[in-house]
Amino acid sequence: MDYFLELFFGGLTRGSIYALIALGYTMVYGIIQLINFAHGEIYMIGAFTALVVASALSLLGMSGLSLLMLSGVIAMIYSAAYGFTMEKIAYKPLRDAQRLSPLISAIGMSIFLQNYVLLAQTSDFVSFPALIEEFPFMESVTIMRSSELVIVVTTAVATTLLTLFIKFTRMGKAMRAVAQDKTMAMLLGVNVNRVISATFIIGSALAAVGGVLISSHIGQINFYIGFIAGIKAFTAAVLGGIGSIPGAVIGGLVLGWTESFATGYVSSDYEDVFAFGLLVFILIFRPAGILGKTTSEKV
Amino acid sequence: MKTDWKPLMQRVSSEIIKSIVVSLWFVFLTFPLMVMKIRPLDQTIEWRWMNLVYVGVGAFFLSFVWRYLMARKERGSEKEEGDSWQKRIGMKIRSDKRVSVSGLIGVGVFVLIFPFLFSSYQTSIMITALMYVMLGLGLNIVVGLAGLLDLGYVAFYAVGAYFYALMNHHFGIGFWAALPFAGGLAAVFGILLGFPVLRLKGDYLAIVTLGFGEIIRLILENWNELSYGPSGIAGISRPGFFGIELTLQQHTVYLFYIMVALVALTTIVVSRLRNSRIGRAWIALREDEVACQAMGIDKTRTKLTAFALGATWAGFVGCIFAAKTTFINPASFTFMESAMILSIVVLGGMGSIVGVMVGALVLILLPEYLRAFSEYRMLAFGASMVIIMVFRPQGIISGIRQRYEFRKQAQQEVSP
Repeated sequence: MDYFLELFFGGLTRGSIYALIALGYTMVYGIIQLINFAHGEIYMIGAFTALVVASALSLLGMSGLSLLMLSGVIAMIYSAAYGFTMEKIAYKPLRDAQRLSPLISAIGMSIFLQNYVLLAQTSDFVSFPALIEEFPFMESVTIMRSSELVIVVTTAVATTLLTLFIKFTRMGKAMRAVAQDKTMAMLLGVNVNRVISATFIIGSALAAVGGVLISSHIGQINFYIGFIAGIKAFTAAVLGGIGSIPGAVIGGLVLGWTESFATGYVSSDYEDVFAFGLLVFILIFRPAGILGKTTSEKV
Repeated sequence: MKTDWKPLMQRVSSEIIKSIVVSLWFVFLTFPLMVMKIRPLDQTIEWRWMNLVYVGVGAFFLSFVWRYLMARKERGSEKEEGDSWQKRIGMKIRSDKRVSVSGLIGVGVFVLIFPFLFSSYQTSIMITALMYVMLGLGLNIVVGLAGLLDLGYVAFYAVGAYFYALMNHHFGIGFWAALPFAGGLAAVFGILLGFPVLRLKGDYLAIVTLGFGEIIRLILENWNELSYGPSGIAGISRPGFFGIELTLQQHTVYLFYIMVALVALTTIVVSRLRNSRIGRAWIALREDEVACQAMGIDKTRTKLTAFALGATWAGFVGCIFAAKTTFINPASFTFMESAMILSIVVLGGMGSIVGVMVGALVLILLPEYLRAFSEYRMLAFGASMVIIMVFRPQGIISGIRQRYEFRKQAQQEVSP
């Protein structure tokens, strides 16, 4: 039973991270129908920024919760700035182009950012400081680590805040309007450019949160971590039904648990095969995803 | 006459202010990653202030170039698109037999004497480039003609390569015997992939094919009994030449000619396919699926043939790849490879055969000859993908639709 619970919480942690990244994918996809391939790189840049900032701050003698918070916030700001700039350079000029162009541009951006970090920092794995300290009350708990608890709670809080934001604020309403019908939203006076920028900023900041937390949990990063995390998160977004925010969370958790249990009970070699197999399976039987709406096609 | 300098000065200063803002923004963006660097061993930070200056100055000037190109692009789109110089040259080559035949002969002669003009290193690079031409042409069927975005194309390449490697390793089967079956097996895999994804469209299709590609690679990496895992298979035989032993250099030349012949074959087949009934069905499917079904085109069969015929070429090239390098492992079949082939198709110009050829040659040869900047070449590669998409989304050479013109004498009409 303990083993089961351990896998359960491991999957929950993993799934939470996937969900945090998937939120960015699903929001961007909902609004401009683009697979933002470089989203995983934003997550990686968030993790690297946090690493640099945390190292600098700890040299200044900072530690504990304040260090985690400060480096996390700076990583969020930087990731958001990168996401914003990326949209302006690589996607905005292509808004009316044919469908494949922005996708290729996104792949190009992804390669560029990976190599930028590779050249600016290092190609090796670097160890990431454990920013999340062990809580005293968690000492007797064996099935779950403190960092896992922090990740799960943070994800829950972030998702709730995001849902409230989308539901109740003016910008959130504008986002939903643009997602439904861009032209109509524009006609009604919604500044579509600003809405798209805001989407990228929020999605990137969430990815940075995921990046900082999981790096601190795992303890090492390199320039390539964004790629596989990005693909998995996109899988999660598709699983849950792309464009839907609760869908991204459910998709992330389902994916996390699938991976965790499959590696725990079957074989650890085929971790990614299970993830992609699940995706193919869902898409065949429910192409719109778990929470996605099946839209009838208009001729 | 007195010129009024004031508006001009205002414009210049506003442009300079814009560039300064951009440059400051990029200095801010790149600060933590470019200036600070962690030394993992002693946990200290290295400060590289010079990078700050480079980024600032670089961004300042590049932002001028960017805005200039943007303005030019906007002006360009206002003009009539049909009259670009490229289209005119394209039509000229097509319509004028003398130009096209002499051009073809020129290219043909150059290709045939290529191995004797250049070193065997150059020839070897050229073989790689030709392999990518073939892969690009194959993917062009799926993406360019049928409009099905396939991000897992490398899986079929891997299937071909592993098929030959395993057959050779276990049963000693030679290159020529394995080649057709490698293509056939890849086609079967194409259909296997095609069936479940028939109902999917656009980006869903993209992500499932990506997943398929990764699954194949992971299986190859982990199923040690079959594929020997990450250590790969070594000692694969090179193509035989009527039982005559060849030196390494002769092998390169020989392989070069095999590649030239296969590329010629691919070009002919793909261009014939494009203008055939099935090719027109692909294009129709790409343009409008519903209208296409209404016209009585069997969607299932059309899509499956696109997947199968596209995959076949990848199977062939895989077989050649295994024979060329004599060693394969799963690391050669990553997603980056799929992305590379896709960018060849898209950068070269989707649906255009010449475009795909130019795209492959540029993308493979340019980085090879820019080895001096080898550290920066992937960086430049990514950046150029973005830049070409932004400023020339139709690719280097855009596809020209086949047009049928009625001659003056009505009897000589060409049937479409």
